[in-house]
Amino acid sequence: MDTTTIKNNFRSEEYQINMGPQHPATHGVLRLLLTIDGEIIKKVEPDLGYIHRSIEKMCERDSYQQIVHLTDRMDYLSSHINNEAVCLTVENALQVEVPERVKVIRTIIAELTRIASHTLWWGVMGMDVGALTTYFYGFRDREMINDIFEETCGARLTMNYNIPGGLMFDIHPNFVKRTKEFIAHFKTKLPEYDLLLTGNVIFQKRMKGIGILSKEDAISFGASGPVGRASGYSCDVRKHHSYSAYDKVNFKEILKTEGDTFARYQVRILEMWESLSIIEQLIDNIPEGDFFAKTNTVIKLPEGEFYEKVETARGELGVYIISTGTKNPYRMKFRSPGFSNLSLLNHIAVGGKIGDLVATMATLDLVIPDIDR
Amino acid sequence: MNITKNIHEWLFSLMPEATASIVEMVLIAVVYLAIFAVAGLYLVLLERRVAAWFQLRLGPNRVGYQGLLQTMADALKLVSKELTVTIKADKFLYNLAPYFVIVTALMALSLFPFSKEFQAFDINIGIFFLTSISSIGVIGILLAGWSSNNKFALIGAMRSGVQTISYELSVGLSLLTMVLMTGSLQLSQIVEVQKGGWLIVQGHIPAIIAFCIYMIAGTAETNRAPFDLVEAESELGAGFHTEYSGMKFAYFFLAEFINMFIIAAIATTVFFGAYLSPFGITDNIPLLGVFWFLAKTLVLIFLMMWFRWTFPRLRIDQLLVLEWKYLLPLNLLNLVIMALIVLLKLTIHF
Repeated sequence: MDTTTIKNNFRSEEYQINMGPQHPATHGVLRLLLTIDGEIIKKVEPDLGYIHRSIEKMCERDSYQQIVHLTDRMDYLSSHINNEAVCLTVENALQVEVPERVKVIRTIIAELTRIASHTLWWGVMGMDVGALTTYFYGFRDREMINDIFEETCGARLTMNYNIPGGLMFDIHPNFVKRTKEFIAHFKTKLPEYDLLLTGNVIFQKRMKGIGILSKEDAISFGASGPVGRASGYSCDVRKHHSYSAYDKVNFKEILKTEGDTFARYQVRILEMWESLSIIEQLIDNIPEGDFFAKTNTVIKLPEGEFYEKVETARGELGVYIISTGTKNPYRMKFRSPGFSNLSLLNHIAVGGKIGDLVATMATLDLVIPDIDR
Repeated sequence: MNITKNIHEWLFSLMPEATASIVEMVLIAVVYLAIFAVAGLYLVLLERRVAAWFQLRLGPNRVGYQGLLQTMADALKLVSKELTVTIKADKFLYNLAPYFVIVTALMALSLFPFSKEFQAFDINIGIFFLTSISSIGVIGILLAGWSSNNKFALIGAMRSGVQTISYELSVGLSLLTMVLMTGSLQLSQIVEVQKGGWLIVQGHIPAIIAFCIYMIAGTAETNRAPFDLVEAESELGAGFHTEYSGMKFAYFFLAEFINMFIIAAIATTVFFGAYLSPFGITDNIPLLGVFWFLAKTLVLIFLMMWFRWTFPRLRIDQLLVLEWKYLLPLNLLNLVIMALIVLLKLTIHF
């Protein structure tokens, strides 16, 4: 046989495969249409909309107090921070000054939420690369945070603790004690994470040098949160556009320059240490006072456009409200971190293997209801 | 104390030779099937309890004392489930595939010297037979992946083919390294040689290297984590057995555990003196041989479970790099060193 016959007889063919909507690695109902050559990814096309609930449209129907609870259902792992984003937007539009106590409590709970979200991400991340044990270690520590939340606001996941103008209730008498217990506990457990997964040779070989995102691409794709910061893009809203009590605390913005999967992994692990330090700085100095500022029962925003952004566990969440002066928003739009982070998946996953795609996707830390809304 | 011999003589005195042989064969088959079922079911339970222990949970402990009946209940459930076949599957191959996997596993099991008398099948090519039998199992996996008409299953099957063919070399070569010391492939002979010290002690450094290579390659050959690319839950769903249900799935599942037992049992036989007790403390009580054999095997099985619940999974190219660039050259070098050691009589004897 000459070479052309061999080539014709033994040619490779690209094929398409549906990853999702039911697939263990997509962590929800995301469908990825993969074009693969053998094991090598040629193209990734995300197909969205499997859990679209028209949250933005529903917001136009509801009053501003009611909108808050809808945001719980977007990025359910940072529900408190989502609530905070809406409340901050409304408060800024009304020009209400919330008490210091509210600001500090919001910050503490937001950081606890961030830790809870990152521990869950860490557990699931390990599972995606095949280390099933991490899942339970992550959930053990997250459980303590959930218990604190449950005691304080009655809910473990969809908290709905913020209201425009403040908080729904004051913190539980045990809150400070249990939070301190958690900090002491987590400080001994976080090094275990490194022992179990970070230092593992197989894990490092799997993670390093894949899914590389350059700083330029991070900015042009609108990446935010740990994904952007792992590429050296300083995008921490807490630092650059301080809100709540973040201007009162010292914390580092974790920046890495490698931009690969391992950098994103490290950023999140180090962020947990920073969150711990933020909570430690605030937990002993919660100011006395009211836990809400007086607002009207029927909130009517002044006519105009309002935008506020916060840093959720996944990145920058923007809330954009157009008001015509009525008790409902005329238009409401969320800029969710997951959506822009997902958009760069095709860019960084092409050329890798199926295993690389799963690892890369895990470090983007996608929450599908956040993308679909 | 020679139970098997007594039964043998009793049977032959009772009926004509031809009938007696057939009855004896059936008896042996029944005993081994029972061992097979019990070993499979209780290894599943052991795996779940060990996993739970590693993962801060309790594991199954409700059905029966400490969950001892849990896997029985699971098996009953699987038996009662419908056997589904996808419309475009190749039905003949699809139904054939599980039997390849399970029958080869059962055949390999018949070779092990559980104690001096308790060995069904002692052929002079024992080690060779074991490695060749375990290679046939992969045909079942390939068939399952191919005939399911599912791309995830196909990827899993192809990975399995690549993986098993590569790691078989290491399994074979590391066992060959040890065979250099025994001078025989017959399992009973291999055990006899170890009366003067287990082979891992006799062969010291190269034997330990061979053992490490064998455990890595053996784990890879059974498709267990960190080499579980064939199933790769987070990548392929369930890999090659995605489309299987009910008892057909259970065959694959049980075969995985039996294969793990086989890999550990081979290691016990070749490296750790099979039924021989440490320092010969109980060698004059032959019945305890079974205990020592199982104890050693279970320790090795625990080691493999430890791997599984601690390590992340390798990527397919890393898997091949590990075999072809590191394990295989090291193995060949180790074989030469072992040959020199045997030639220069540097082995350790007690």
